[in-house]
Amino acid sequence: MKKITMLSIENITHSIDVWLNSTFNPTVAVVLESLIVGLSVIGLFALLGLVLVLMERKVSAYMQIRLGPNRVGPGGSLQTVADTLKLAMKEGLTPDGADKFLFNLAPFLVIVVAMLILAPVAFAKGTQIWDINIGVLYITAVSSLSVIGILMAGWASNNKYSLLGAMRSGAQIVSYELSAGMAVLSIVVLTGSLQISSIIYSQQDGWWLFKGHIPAVISFIIFIIAVTAETNRAPFDLAEAESELTAGFHTEYSGMKFALFFLAEYVNIFIVCAIAATLYLGGWMPLHIGHWTGFNLVMDYIPSSLWFIGKTFFLIFVIMWFRWTFPRLRIDQLLNLEWKYLLPLSMVNLLLTTLIAIEGWHF
Amino acid sequence: MIEEVGTTEQGDLVINVGPQHPSTHGVLHLVITLNGETIKKVEPHLGYIHRSIEKMCESLSYRQFIYVTSRMDYLSSHINNHGCALCVEKGMQIEVPARAKVIRVLMDELTRLASHQLWWGAMAMDVGALTPFFHAFREREAINDIMEETCGARLTMNYMVPGGVMADIHPNFQKRVKEFIAFFKTKIDEYDELVTGNIIFKNRMIGVGYLSPESAVSYGCTGPTARGSGVSCDIRKLYPYEVYGQLQFEEVTVTGGDCFARYMVRMQEMRQSLSIIEQLIDNIPEGEFQAKTKAVLKLPKGEFYSRVETARGEFGVYIVSEGATTPYRIKFRSPGFSNLSALDHMARGHKIGDLVAIMGTLDLVIPDIDR
Amino acid sequence: MIDMFLKKYISEVFGAVRSLLKGMRLTGYYFTHHKEIITQQYPDNKEEMKLPERFRGEVVMLHDEKNEHACTGCTACELACPNGTIKIITKFDVTPEGKKKKALDTFIYHLELCTMCNLCIEACPTDAIKMAQNFEHSVYDRSKLTKKLNKPGSKIREGVE
Repeated sequence: MKKITMLSIENITHSIDVWLNSTFNPTVAVVLESLIVGLSVIGLFALLGLVLVLMERKVSAYMQIRLGPNRVGPGGSLQTVADTLKLAMKEGLTPDGADKFLFNLAPFLVIVVAMLILAPVAFAKGTQIWDINIGVLYITAVSSLSVIGILMAGWASNNKYSLLGAMRSGAQIVSYELSAGMAVLSIVVLTGSLQISSIIYSQQDGWWLFKGHIPAVISFIIFIIAVTAETNRAPFDLAEAESELTAGFHTEYSGMKFALFFLAEYVNIFIVCAIAATLYLGGWMPLHIGHWTGFNLVMDYIPSSLWFIGKTFFLIFVIMWFRWTFPRLRIDQLLNLEWKYLLPLSMVNLLLTTLIAIEGWHF
Repeated sequence: MIEEVGTTEQGDLVINVGPQHPSTHGVLHLVITLNGETIKKVEPHLGYIHRSIEKMCESLSYRQFIYVTSRMDYLSSHINNHGCALCVEKGMQIEVPARAKVIRVLMDELTRLASHQLWWGAMAMDVGALTPFFHAFREREAINDIMEETCGARLTMNYMVPGGVMADIHPNFQKRVKEFIAFFKTKIDEYDELVTGNIIFKNRMIGVGYLSPESAVSYGCTGPTARGSGVSCDIRKLYPYEVYGQLQFEEVTVTGGDCFARYMVRMQEMRQSLSIIEQLIDNIPEGEFQAKTKAVLKLPKGEFYSRVETARGEFGVYIVSEGATTPYRIKFRSPGFSNLSALDHMARGHKIGDLVAIMGTLDLVIPDIDR
Repeated sequence: MIDMFLKKYISEVFGAVRSLLKGMRLTGYYFTHHKEIITQQYPDNKEEMKLPERFRGEVVMLHDEKNEHACTGCTACELACPNGTIKIITKFDVTPEGKKKKALDTFIYHLELCTMCNLCIEACPTDAIKMAQNFEHSVYDRSKLTKKLNKPGSKIREGVE
């Protein structure tokens, strides 16, 4: 029992914190901690990029009755390393007549927004960069900033295709935030708090997906659809529709800047799946069923970081499954879907959830 | 019939789609005038793959010019070769033996199936679903393997000669075709599950790209493009050639005129082709596979025309002969050219995403248009 | 009125979700059943790969163990070829009776121009040439694509006319 708890991330972070505070004075300790956190976030990004791109290629390949990358490295695992090397060595062209400042700024904005959203997410028990008391609100607010990056990229490219793609993407993201926000609100109503850690602790006797029965399931489905649209993923990927407008808002980017857009898209998927896992599936909380203490104890043996990673990657797989099965929606059908179907449904669902929360009709 | 939309107004965007573009099925250059997202005018610019095939045929003999037509509409290469062979036989009054006729029809229908399979995969890819493309190629591989065993090539099979076919069918042919029929019957239901019933796909296709029957006839559209508007124009039924007159199959017409109607026409045509193959595969008559002809063919002086139904529409071969060993002038009536001319009419008032869907249902193969 | 609209709305939503789930079931099936994968891993499977005997790879001339071929130099294949891929150079051999007979000197075959249409094989009266099943024709030097099909020192077999 003791050995297992020694290896958990909570203990590692705690021991580093204690050591730093005892060796240096508090200000320097805080600065050093921030430095460590920053470096590990960048490292996490790099690792995520590697793993997710490979996962996408392999998942798509098996669904299309073919093998994915299988030459570079055992089973193709070093494929993304080769791709990154290629992108890093490519010439980064800036088109003539493009607005140079905005053109160079856009990819960095998108990446910085992705990094900022990582702050309140809880990866394991006790591993949270910033447990702000308005965690959920912070996430929804900051994720809206990525639209600015996309619009900048489309405008600054001096290319009709990019402009069209960026406009479409802007309209799409702004509309779907409404449904996503309402879906999140229904869980907040059930929990009574905006803080991520208290949302997770409230799922100690069961995940909200099961406890909140019908309204929670409906809002989960709406949330998944809305975040697929927010991250510009198929079937809502008109902004980068390869067979219609070459590559939409990032047509003119090449080399490292394109790599940053590419990376930011995959990290965004990871983040929204992490949030969905936190709100509906309990984050790092193992599967507990009410008062079956024996069962709960067994579930607690599996480390919390493994629970979190498992849930997040399952949701990422579902989103990839959507991409490789469905055709693309047209822009007016997309907005139609949001304003005529998803928004009314999520509003009605919110009312229902409030009713259930007040009367206490959930488990 | 074509109204002149006024000159480009202020605020109109003129966009070039192609010639290099993932969804133009070849090198087609479209100049689109847009108002916001709505299309005002589509102008196709052709000629990027013009190889002067008709001029080349003037220096080739009547046995030699058939191979070039495989390269025109490479997805229905057997059917193109068949049309040329029919025209030469008409001119020289050659009688084709029964076995050769049945083999030719079998090859034609297999080619039609393969072409529609590729059309289905490419259409789904244009609309955004990237997986059906690979599923379609798996079935097409089965047909290509059958062709490889009998004809020797997989795409540009030069197998039809004036008088019959070049070689007898391989002993494995019948067995492999029967296996393929059983295999494909399960897969075609999967096609419907994956794409046809899908709500997103239906929303993209229904109500898009309307072509009225009168417009279809006036633009000269043939094949599934016209049959999707209710015009009955299947050459296999109207002017039967080879053994089509004795077969039991239906001409598929769907009234509706939009993209979904054209889509359903092709899906049902696939089933009809399967039933034709089933009827013929066990009843190949014995006999010669090639009629005895002179070594050097010389058509008498005059003009000869023959038409066949390719996967895209009516393919016509028109030979003007002065009595020499090489033709004086050959003209190929390609189905894609007339089908493409209706694109402007169909696409006005729609969005760019619809343009891609409409081009997908027209099933264009650009080398066929440019020759 | 409102409940008719509501019923239609709800049934629309359910029908849509059901059709989407059917499609997902199919791709999910292919994801889990790896036996359905038909990819051939090309450079690694050269031993197991067998092409059909009628496959048109390139034209070769058949030689038997005594290094003899069956080509009489009649140029039927050169006349049948649509685009001048074959060039035959003939010479005059002196037969034992003292008569001059036409014989093959060199059979030049331009692989870069060949369309594999099979007309030359059909035209040959003595079955001297046939199609081989080799499809790997890439070379670094273009002159390697112009081949001489008759091997050096070979001559025509007895009794072929």
